[in-house]
Amino acid sequence: MNSVLLRADNISKSFGGVQALKDVSLTLNKGEVYGLIGPNGAGKTTFFNCLTGLYVPDSGQFTFGDTPLISHAPDKTVRQGIARTFQNIRLFANMTALENVMVGRHARLRSNIVSDILRTPFNRREEQATEDMALQLLHYVGISARAHDLAKHLSYGDQRRLEIARALATNPRLLCLDEPAAGMNANETAGLRQLIEAIRADGISILLIEHDVQLVMGLCDRIAVLDYGELICEDVPAIVQQHPRVIEAYLGSGAHA
Amino acid sequence: MKMTARFLARLTRHPADNRVHWLAWLLLGLLLAILPWLVSAGFGNTWLRILNFALLYVMLALGLNIVVGFAGLLDMGYIAFYAVGAYLWALLASPQFGLHWPLWAILPLGAGVAGLFGVLLGAPTLKLRGDYLAIVTLGFGEIIRIFLNNLNAPINITNGPQGISAIDPVHIGSLSLARPIDLGFVQVPSLVSYYYLFLIAALAIIGIAIRLERSRVGRAWAAIREDEVAAKACGINTRNVKLLAFAMGATFGGVAGGLFAGFQQFVSPESFGLLESVMVLCMVVLGGMGHIPGVIFGALLLTILPEFFRHIAGPVQQSLFGTVLIDPENLRMLLFGLSLVLVMRYRPSGLWPSPQRRREIEDVQRADAPADVPVSPM
Repeated sequence: MNSVLLRADNISKSFGGVQALKDVSLTLNKGEVYGLIGPNGAGKTTFFNCLTGLYVPDSGQFTFGDTPLISHAPDKTVRQGIARTFQNIRLFANMTALENVMVGRHARLRSNIVSDILRTPFNRREEQATEDMALQLLHYVGISARAHDLAKHLSYGDQRRLEIARALATNPRLLCLDEPAAGMNANETAGLRQLIEAIRADGISILLIEHDVQLVMGLCDRIAVLDYGELICEDVPAIVQQHPRVIEAYLGSGAHA
Repeated sequence: MKMTARFLARLTRHPADNRVHWLAWLLLGLLLAILPWLVSAGFGNTWLRILNFALLYVMLALGLNIVVGFAGLLDMGYIAFYAVGAYLWALLASPQFGLHWPLWAILPLGAGVAGLFGVLLGAPTLKLRGDYLAIVTLGFGEIIRIFLNNLNAPINITNGPQGISAIDPVHIGSLSLARPIDLGFVQVPSLVSYYYLFLIAALAIIGIAIRLERSRVGRAWAAIREDEVAAKACGINTRNVKLLAFAMGATFGGVAGGLFAGFQQFVSPESFGLLESVMVLCMVVLGGMGHIPGVIFGALLLTILPEFFRHIAGPVQQSLFGTVLIDPENLRMLLFGLSLVLVMRYRPSGLWPSPQRRREIEDVQRADAPADVPVSPM
């Protein structure tokens, strides 16, 4: 059970004079929901961007399964099985919900421009299968009724769900969620929690950035805490909650005394 | 004008009702088949020539639509690919080098070479968007034209500003389209045979464009247009997919260019200036960016409208004022410009936008409009 899925070794990244990540090392096990928390500006999203290939780390190495991840190749990262959502929702606003999910399938499809033009039988079958699968995923996240609406016309909570469906369409082994509950009300957050539990039950590991403490503590198997780009603690929720450096990071140095 | 707009709106309003009866298609096919005969009988060969050019512009506009409309990459130098296709034909089928290759060899080669140039243009612009991309592509278009203008020394390849003349007309086997073809029961004039050739090419390109739009690569283009970062996060190799858009668009331009050279039997750098690029871009934007029927409509309209103004500008002045006050040639561009401004003012999403795109624009307008003002019936 405790086999390592993702290993980050000494990831560093700086922007100008700001050291956003300092030698961050962590390991995520298969089947885990792994929380990444920390105060604003601690480097959580930078870590995500390095992991998913949108940024090139200055130094350090990610290993996913047994293979090293190639830096700065987001599409290859997706092919290897890492999918993500964004903190500020990034859907294809003027495409339908269904089309959004079908785009997510891109890396797993084998038709090319020639078969697209010739509409080969293989191409037709693949397109049909893609559409069916996208509909299933919309059903899975609970928004199949909105399949043919433009993404931008969906409610905020539905947009978050759509982004998760799009990420799931890539067939990930690891799903990275960047503040999925941000801006959600209590009801929507409860629904999201059920969805994340269901995804975990399907055997997909989850890396979760989240500010909602209840959600993180209740959902995560283990949690890593970042502060000013440094990893200050990596453990199970109960221990992280008691960790002096975590309390210090969140409440200031005088709080613990 | 308003009637047309309303008619078009009705055609596109209910996507569910869009299943056009096969009879309508049959009638359309019949109309397209007899159109050249009607035009040459009713309006003369000048207009038949214009019709042929309109078909060439349909191909060009659909090619540019892939880059601008589908993938959202603003290309201001698109005419360069038309030039590449035209000059390739000119060099391989004229006394210039004494080569006389046949249609089936040059046309695919022209498409391929133009596609290659598309990749050449695309490669250095991959990180650019919007204004910056427009400037680089504009430069590329000019570079090609200036090359064609100056490649007559030290070795004479393009014959410089004089252009290449005496190009072979299109011929299929021993059948030359430059001469009337005798079918036994009817003589098919040259212009009419070219019309049919261009129609077949245009229909093929329309078919390809439609299939590409609803395909894996078409979705990837749309995704890049909407949000490039998110597209990357969906596993799209944005570099390759963008290059594919440039190459595919250029291919259409190359085909149109080859047919143009065979039709005109003369090419010179003058035909491939910046204004031509702008004109094709206008067709795409004015017709309805990304919407294939709209783009076809835009291409037909913008080819025919200036010619229409050219023909009426003189006579109308003569009958109104008894004399020609403004040179018809100037007046027609003035009217043409004015109509562009009016269309963009009153139909910002184009004359025939996709239902989706129109909704977008309406959303924006609704958001801008004060909510409590009652809407007047007009």
